[in-house]
Amino acid sequence: MPQKTFGTVTVEVDAEGFLADFSKWSREFAAAAAKDEGIAELGPAHWKVIEFMQKEFKENGQAPSIRRLNKSGVVTTKELYDLFPGGPAKKAAKIAGLKKPEGCV
Amino acid sequence: MEDKIKKVSIIISKGGLDGVYPGLIMANGARMEGIEANLFFTFFGLDTVITKRMGKIKVATVGNPGMHMPSLLGVLPGMSAMATSMMNKTMDKIDIPPVPEFVEMVADAGCKLYACKATVDMFKLKKEDFCPQVDSIINVGKFYEIAAGGHIIFT
Repeated sequence: MPQKTFGTVTVEVDAEGFLADFSKWSREFAAAAAKDEGIAELGPAHWKVIEFMQKEFKENGQAPSIRRLNKSGVVTTKELYDLFPGGPAKKAAKIAGLKKPEGCV
Repeated sequence: MEDKIKKVSIIISKGGLDGVYPGLIMANGARMEGIEANLFFTFFGLDTVITKRMGKIKVATVGNPGMHMPSLLGVLPGMSAMATSMMNKTMDKIDIPPVPEFVEMVADAGCKLYACKATVDMFKLKKEDFCPQVDSIINVGKFYEIAAGGHIIFT
């Protein structure tokens, strides 16, 4: 497994840069991975999304779709695109330490 | 590495579910990858964004070899409705929304939606007939202007 250093945190990642082992996730990793994705600082709205995605991942084994996030009442689709510009589902999953979303929508 | 795709403009010209969904999925998928996306609805594809029709789009059971059933069966009353309802249920399970919700989602994702002027004139439609997500009614020249510098996909 390749290693990648995000700021001060070095972790094992898969070929596409997603965290290999979720148990290695930390808030420090999230903040550093966010910077790497062009998000300067994670605010409360970002954390709400990250925490919901992790909860869903633990329950269902996969990251929720954008539709599910919208329906959950955690974040609207518009807000999600504003919070994680340029690829919200992928970026949020990466920061949350989850696998790359596989669905088409 | 090859250049990444930065912009796509997708034309939806057919009015059945199999005409509408691929275009919506591709446009939404483009936005999910950070790609700029435009949707241009023309001919029967325009039903996708007509408020009164967007919730009633069906799958064709006649003249559709992909249905794997004889066309004679497809003619039976209720066959198209049944096939449509089955497909909608399956779609919902894999988190693909019904057409009206999908149109809202793709617009919220930042995709711009346009209606074709020639079709609007032909069917004598007005801006009020369209859902609020439609940015404007444009002619083909304007479409090319908007699509400039990107890829064009016709479905």
